[in-house]
Amino acid sequence: MELNQYLEMFIEESKEHLQSCSDNLLELEKNPTDLAIVNEIFRSAHTLKGMSATMGYEDLADLTHKMENVLDAIRNEKIKVTADILDVVFESVDHLEAMVMDIANGGDGKKDVSQTVEKLKRIELGESPLQNSTVSNPPEGSAAAEFAATTAILDNAPQLEYDDFEKTVLLQSTEQGYNAFEIVVTLNDSCLLKAARVYMVFDILEKNGDVVKSSPTVDRLEEEQFDQEFKVALISQTDAEELRSKILKVSEVDKVSITQLSEDLFVQSVVNQSEVVAQPTTEELTVVSPVEVKKDEVAQKNGPKHAASKTIRVSIERLDILMNLFEELVIDRGRLQSIATEVNHSELNETVERMSRTMGDLQNIVLTMRMIPIETVFNRFPKMVRTLSRDLKKKINLEVIGAETELDRTVIDEIGDPLVHLIRNSVDHGIESPEIRRANGKPEEGNVTLRAYHSGNYVFIEIEDDGAGINRERVLKKAISKGIVTKESALSMSDKQINELILASGFSTAEVISDISGRGVGLDVVKTTIESLGGNISIESTEGVGSIFSIQLPLTLSIISVMLVEIEQEIYAIPLSSIIETSIIKNSDILNAHNQKVIDFRGKVVPLIFLDEIFDVPRTEQAEDGYHSVVIVRKGDKLAGLVVDTFIGQQEIVLKSLGNYLSNIFAISGATILGNGKVALIVDCNALMK
Amino acid sequence: MTAVEQEYLKVIVFQLADKEYAIPVSNVQGIEKLMHITRVPKTSSFVKGVINLRGVVTPLIDLRERFGLPVSNNEETTRIIIITLEEMEVGFIVDSANDVLDIPLNAIEAQPEVVGSNEEDFISGVAKLENRLLILLHLDKVLNP
Repeated sequence: MELNQYLEMFIEESKEHLQSCSDNLLELEKNPTDLAIVNEIFRSAHTLKGMSATMGYEDLADLTHKMENVLDAIRNEKIKVTADILDVVFESVDHLEAMVMDIANGGDGKKDVSQTVEKLKRIELGESPLQNSTVSNPPEGSAAAEFAATTAILDNAPQLEYDDFEKTVLLQSTEQGYNAFEIVVTLNDSCLLKAARVYMVFDILEKNGDVVKSSPTVDRLEEEQFDQEFKVALISQTDAEELRSKILKVSEVDKVSITQLSEDLFVQSVVNQSEVVAQPTTEELTVVSPVEVKKDEVAQKNGPKHAASKTIRVSIERLDILMNLFEELVIDRGRLQSIATEVNHSELNETVERMSRTMGDLQNIVLTMRMIPIETVFNRFPKMVRTLSRDLKKKINLEVIGAETELDRTVIDEIGDPLVHLIRNSVDHGIESPEIRRANGKPEEGNVTLRAYHSGNYVFIEIEDDGAGINRERVLKKAISKGIVTKESALSMSDKQINELILASGFSTAEVISDISGRGVGLDVVKTTIESLGGNISIESTEGVGSIFSIQLPLTLSIISVMLVEIEQEIYAIPLSSIIETSIIKNSDILNAHNQKVIDFRGKVVPLIFLDEIFDVPRTEQAEDGYHSVVIVRKGDKLAGLVVDTFIGQQEIVLKSLGNYLSNIFAISGATILGNGKVALIVDCNALMK
Repeated sequence: MTAVEQEYLKVIVFQLADKEYAIPVSNVQGIEKLMHITRVPKTSSFVKGVINLRGVVTPLIDLRERFGLPVSNNEETTRIIIITLEEMEVGFIVDSANDVLDIPLNAIEAQPEVVGSNEEDFISGVAKLENRLLILLHLDKVLNP
């Protein structure tokens, strides 16, 4: 099908429109009387309808059409917004989303929505459209049209719209004996340089008086954004005939009609201010003007939003290619740097240094280009929580903070599902039912807060609820019964460790498995996903007060700072993010505790991990000089000392995967290419510490 | 009768110990000389490590070790054949890469059941060409233990 090439665009845009629909619907729920919101929704729906009809998705177009009818009725105040109506509209949006998803997955977007359609129809017919609608509060457009019909007889009514200031100016000048004209200039159909003609006309007009107003505006006239005709309001002492003949001297001007604006008209129009929306004089215009008015309205509302961010769509693939190329550059930079230090040529050094700085800036740009606001993930949650709380008959208020926080695209793609899981968990298990909340002296409405913020090289996402909190006793009992922990070890666990038991695999505390969070997969999936992204999750909870699930994620996954270390001939990279410090210890500093070598590090007992043993590094000869180089690393609040041969230094490296063939290698999280072209492995400190 | 149009399979031929093996050219991405290999700990013994293949970290499998053959030390002719299979990119270390050949499809036979070595699992067939015997590798099985 030749429409295929547009399919992707269609799906993307449909998603956007649906998202805007649901956002605005939620907004509308809060301000049911704000018709501007209805307009927004209507426009999204309308565009969606058009697009899906073009793409041949009849069901999609049909349902959107029905929804649009209801929205239209609301917009025209034929129907009042109620929760029931919104429910149905939400339902339709859900169906539409499902259809679009189906199409995205290669389906035909067909879905049986007859029930929803029926409901929409009933709403549409729910109130007689004639009752208190058009008469009492007609839409602006038709009002203008009606009004226009009656005033069309008035021959020289002003065609332009004036604001108070302009009116005053015009009135005063007529009082002082000047003539106020409204001039309509029509250019020749074949006119090519319209802007030039406009300029010439304005030149003449300004020599003969003052231009008060023009329609379209001067800017748009200069950009030739008009058909053949434009209108100007002029104050002048010259009389109409003279003006006409002067303007007609400009070539390619077809017609000039000049209307003198009289005082009476102004008085009248000032009095009828509210009704002077657009007062067209010709029949042709009566048809056009309402549309124009509407468009203006739309443009005004829409204007700032669209103008705010000038963006282009770039496919993620291209950005990935850019990233790859940049990574190559980073590797070459490393190579150049090492050559420069070897050669020690001052000009070369200078150049390399300057290049490094530019590369740093470039790196920032490339990385931020791949950053997208977490909003794209967050924006589906308000609706989800709304539906969930309705299903569970709970009252829940979701607050989203920091949706503009930016994260690398790769992280964004992965983080959605874990968050859905955690929010479902908070809504289902965290927040209590209104009765229980009341009994416990809490407000009936529970709060769930979704918060995102930057801190250092990390992004934190927190899901906080003021619900029941974690019942540690129950968690422990369950964990013991499921064999996740032993009774003995349970005794020595901290509150935090117990909280985190609910993330262990094979754990699910809800007694009744509900459709919402007990789907067989527990929170352990969340933990695994987050850890695979190089992040971690922790839980704080106070029983009866609420819980906070806190996720820490790296800003980017592709370029990281590491410490390079050497063991025999092999070079390993240890991420700086987990290093606390490096130190050199003597043999005599090493103590033995239960077959485990430890050191006393600033008063803490820190176990030593000999990387050469862990990684089975072949030793040619035992060079024992009585000293060991140790990198102190951290996971959570636990420390460990990694024993290596020598430290090489700190470097920015590009993270590469080991490929599909070598996945899940113990204590190795990936690889990188060094300045000399060799591959170095990246140590996964988290795996080394249990 | 006109000659039946013959269909061919284009293969890369390489040597391991005293036998010649073949891999379809469609699976081969390139042939490289031996370069610096970074050992990856805690992997099977036949995974020699990873190399930097023009910016892509590529794992290497020593086919001698994979087939249980004795280790050779002749690095002069040793080659790395980069193969791709279902999104996987892996390099095979072989004694030498010999030839690119068109094998007529009808020359390929199922492997004779007499071979008693370890490698029989990895063989998808043999091709007899005049006085050469080419062993066709079953890439799937070489890669997935």
